[in-house]
Amino acid sequence: MATTEADTEHQRVSKAGITAFLRRSESARGLALLGPTMVIMVLALAAPLGLLAAYSFWSQHGWTLDTHFTLDQYTRAFSRQSYRALFYRSLWISSIVTVVTVLLAYPMAYFVAFRVEKSKFIWLILLTIPFWTSYLLRVFAWKVILGYNGVINSGLMSLGLIHAPLEFLLYNPTAVVVTLAHAWAAFAILPIYVSLEKIDRSLLEAAADLGDGAVRRFLRITLPLSLPGVLGAAVLIFVPTTGDYVTPSLVGGSNGVMIANIIEVMFDKIGNWPLGAALAMASMAMVGIITLLSVQAIRLAVGKVK
Amino acid sequence: MDEAFIRIEKVTKRFGGVTAVDAADIAIGRGEFFSLLGPSGCGKTTLLRMIAGFDFPSEGAIYVDGNDITDLPPHKRPSNMVFQSYAIFPHLNVFDNIAYGLRKARLPRAELDRRVEEALAMIKLSGFGKRRGDQLSGGQRQRVALARALVNRPKVLLLDEPLGALDKRLRESMQIELRQLQKSVGITFVFVTHDQEEALSMSDRVAVMSAGKVLQIAEPRTLYEAPNCREVADFIGTMNFFDAIVTSRDGDIAVLDAGPLGIVRAPASQPAGAAVLIAIRPEKIVLSSDAVSGGVRGIITASAYLGERSHIHVMVDGVTEPVSVAAQNRHRDGAQHNGGEVVYLSWTPEAMVILPRA
Repeated sequence: MATTEADTEHQRVSKAGITAFLRRSESARGLALLGPTMVIMVLALAAPLGLLAAYSFWSQHGWTLDTHFTLDQYTRAFSRQSYRALFYRSLWISSIVTVVTVLLAYPMAYFVAFRVEKSKFIWLILLTIPFWTSYLLRVFAWKVILGYNGVINSGLMSLGLIHAPLEFLLYNPTAVVVTLAHAWAAFAILPIYVSLEKIDRSLLEAAADLGDGAVRRFLRITLPLSLPGVLGAAVLIFVPTTGDYVTPSLVGGSNGVMIANIIEVMFDKIGNWPLGAALAMASMAMVGIITLLSVQAIRLAVGKVK
Repeated sequence: MDEAFIRIEKVTKRFGGVTAVDAADIAIGRGEFFSLLGPSGCGKTTLLRMIAGFDFPSEGAIYVDGNDITDLPPHKRPSNMVFQSYAIFPHLNVFDNIAYGLRKARLPRAELDRRVEEALAMIKLSGFGKRRGDQLSGGQRQRVALARALVNRPKVLLLDEPLGALDKRLRESMQIELRQLQKSVGITFVFVTHDQEEALSMSDRVAVMSAGKVLQIAEPRTLYEAPNCREVADFIGTMNFFDAIVTSRDGDIAVLDAGPLGIVRAPASQPAGAAVLIAIRPEKIVLSSDAVSGGVRGIITASAYLGERSHIHVMVDGVTEPVSVAAQNRHRDGAQHNGGEVVYLSWTPEAMVILPRA
């Protein structure tokens, strides 16, 4: 009887001990909150990435994997003309997608942030409705719109404007840009909207009061202050679209093939994992470097505005 | 004032069904320190924003220096504003904040630098040019906002409760600095505040507003000593009111039947038979423990010791509200009031202000 009481007392104290400990130590609280996500991140992201990095320094001979360290895969990835062309095209297409998407998203975000007075939430929901369907479905929707017997062609033909379907609509880089720009629009609108919404309206009044008309006000106040949102949006679009392979494989045709398509082929059909890994690592590194450089460049350029 | 520098003519502003400013008529002289005073929601900020160009009048017109600016956008107006929130641009440093309005003028580099440095010196923040806006204290932000507006040498400086966010001591020193600054630059200031002491201590003239209407425009002393209606008298300082009726007139002097106060004579213009209010400031009432001729008998109900003076409430038979009396504590061992003492209240005829009873 006495022992049980002592045990319960002990449990009570240790329980209180943990809560008290958590209450007192901020870092312990932080770790406790971070813990579960960290476990998943390490197991599902960092570990496979590490493995990928390891693969990129190995080599494949027929069916056997040679795990001796070599830079051969990287040499091949960078020296082969076809791979280099694919890198260029991927980065070029996703750069255009990024610019187009941000340019189209900015006015929409601006409109909701500054012009909509009531029910902004409804507007945001409306803008994100396309994202309630799956990514694949949205890509197929564009196939339906741009296709040989698609909405545009049949529409133009029934209007009598053209006599044969236009073939340049689908299966080329432009189709990839159009599809990706639409598919990623919400990822640009939302961060830009948030940064615009945060701007204190009295700053714009102050700029007007100090002699600026609408254009100068935008360039000197609104744009610099919404820059974090713009950069966030750009990174959010540039990074994943460079590595996208669904859209190029469905609407890109042979001229719209991007680096991710060849990486997929390496892992899947050809079965050369080390080369696929090297291509993937190289593409990651390039995206990372370009992102950092362009973010810095844009920051500097906008910082010059006074 | 011969010709008004800023003329606000019958300006009305309606937001939906709400009339924020109701037919305001104000004339402000060149170089004047003019305050718009009133409780929150009285329309003073809306009126200021219409002078700045952020809101446009539903009716009426605004002139500055003879030019009709009623429909000009803010960036084309000869005024600059100090915002209540200061609106310091967070992405620019102090120098660039102050230089903001000058950059459009495309001044030579040296001229721009010189003017910004002058402005920094004026607000005693020389050497702070590189500091970012978010690294400044409240008082420093207020100064930067002031310099940013004044550096453009506007014809009119508009100030929207610029001292409201500062603590009491800083506010008092800024009041003096701002007043001195205004005198030295000679720019017309239009100053919005809900703080009556601030308005009285700083302004050449004050417009008291309530519910969108301008009630009285006058010098601080006149507002305090000769308010023109109950609302102004009530809003500025403390005032005791007694109902009375004019029974007869004797030239400029009216004879009033003031009920429990008896028959009193006071300078007033109201005709015989008019229902009026007698208004008396607490500090103009003399309190004595001995009966005085013409004194009104009362009983002390409460008193508050405030250091240099005491506030005392006295109940007078027949008067519903207790009478407020402010007594200077001239002697260190002056009388202590615990309540219940019988006292006699007296005042001179000039202490009374006779107001129409609304």
